[in-house]
Amino acid sequence: MPRSLSRVPPILLLFVLVPLLVEGFWVFWPALQGFWLALTNWDGVSPPQFVGLDNYARMIDDPVFHTAVTNTAIWLVLFGGLSAVGGLGMAVLLQKERRGVGFYRAALFVPVVFSLVATSLIWQVLYQPGGIFDSSPLADPDTAIYAVLVPALWRQVGYVMVLYLAGLKGIDPGLYEAATLDGATAWQKFRHITWPQLSSVNSVVLSVIVIDSLRSFDVVWSMTRGGPYHSSELLSTYMYSTAFQSLKLGYASALAVVIFVLAFGVIVTYLVRAFREN
Amino acid sequence: MRSSTSGRLFHAVAGTISVLWLLPIAAVIITALRSFDDIAANGLAAVPQSFTFAGFGDAWTNGGAGAMWNSVLVTVPTVFLSLALSSAAAYALSRFEIPGRRTIILLMLAGNLLPPQILLVPVSKLTELLGIYDTLIALIVVQVGFGLGFYTFVLQGFMRAMPNEVQEAATIDGAGPVQIFWRIVLPMTRPALAALAALAFTWIFNDLLWAITVLRSSSVMPVTPALLALQGQYVSNWNVIAAGSVIAAVPTVAVFLRFQRHFISGLAVGAVK
Repeated sequence: MPRSLSRVPPILLLFVLVPLLVEGFWVFWPALQGFWLALTNWDGVSPPQFVGLDNYARMIDDPVFHTAVTNTAIWLVLFGGLSAVGGLGMAVLLQKERRGVGFYRAALFVPVVFSLVATSLIWQVLYQPGGIFDSSPLADPDTAIYAVLVPALWRQVGYVMVLYLAGLKGIDPGLYEAATLDGATAWQKFRHITWPQLSSVNSVVLSVIVIDSLRSFDVVWSMTRGGPYHSSELLSTYMYSTAFQSLKLGYASALAVVIFVLAFGVIVTYLVRAFREN
Repeated sequence: MRSSTSGRLFHAVAGTISVLWLLPIAAVIITALRSFDDIAANGLAAVPQSFTFAGFGDAWTNGGAGAMWNSVLVTVPTVFLSLALSSAAAYALSRFEIPGRRTIILLMLAGNLLPPQILLVPVSKLTELLGIYDTLIALIVVQVGFGLGFYTFVLQGFMRAMPNEVQEAATIDGAGPVQIFWRIVLPMTRPALAALAALAFTWIFNDLLWAITVLRSSSVMPVTPALLALQGQYVSNWNVIAAGSVIAAVPTVAVFLRFQRHFISGLAVGAVK
């Protein structure tokens, strides 16, 4: 922090206030309204009616909510877990600068720049009957959620790989040299040098994964709209269709609050780390 | 000898994975270049018997061109406004003792970390109230507001790392804070701005959720949501759908290839911070 400049010229207050007001108006104010609407019954036309915690009580008996929670958990474990393991594996494999490595990295990274909608359409083409499968796995309630997960993973692995590659770059090569001299195996090097040195990247990846999992919407919405029969519903897609198709705005807001509560721990951890570094 | 064996193994493994990763893209490009009749008669998995750009033509003339223009109209101002506002905030917050600066920075970042779902209903109602629902302006302001916290956080970290001496020298030369921002700090921030601009471009261009929350008419839909509509319109016309997804991917792939290094460093900075 520059200590020499402690007096603040008034124009600089504007530099801060204008962006802060924009964010306040489009983020913080709507967020507060969201929490309030979760306590109401609202169709978007007549004034909202205060119902207390009724919306939350309703979730207990809502089978679609149960499916959405289960699928969100599956999503966290499989989408999050596999993209972390795959991303780390690919980063370790492609860590050393050598011939061809740029091409391999680019191949894994290209899907990251596609929109999830484009990604979904690409995979929908692949899933069509007469392609890889005799019948589309998206049409079967037992497989739909997994069929949606594959394209999401295809896109996420490259992203996580980039995060880990940046982390691996920061490790002192001297540590590996010393270990080689001591006759350490590749696995020992990974276990005793790479892994402990990646601890801060790991916690970043963990937050990114949890936040991304809970936000996942586009890929499911584009491929199945949460169907068939709500079988691939995530909390995010169920929230959206409840709000904008069923027009149950109060219940939808309560579903959004549930997503917020699930993300809360991770958001706080992320902020604490940011705070320490500031 | 050992090293060449392990080298061959490396290329075999990495090469196989890369090919697997690129295969879906190749399959879609091939599908996009086939004719509808060929796909209908021989199936998607068959060896192509046709080569035509008709799929691209259909996707482009049936909403593709208009959607691409809408995307430009949204993406360019959103990226510009986001970076202008956040670099101003970052400058003040990083180079001056603004009261409560740490709290402000974290509050702004916290806003960006919120799950968007909590904002969807109120934001859509807010745009209705302001009379901008179903206009591109709504999409621009919403995305600017939501992204600001992240951009400000990254930029202030970058600006804080700049040496004090430059600023002090300029102050002694009689430059005001705004001049210092414009002539010294902004030019020095260019690498970070380029990285964020490349990232922001893809995020905004690829957005679906905000678009379908504040827009309804197909005439104002940008490329990403328009692609969904194309899918509904051309059910089982797989060549058109494949062509549409290729068209939608071209701008972000172009930005990525052009700004590859900035792009990757931006992703890493954003997360490792």
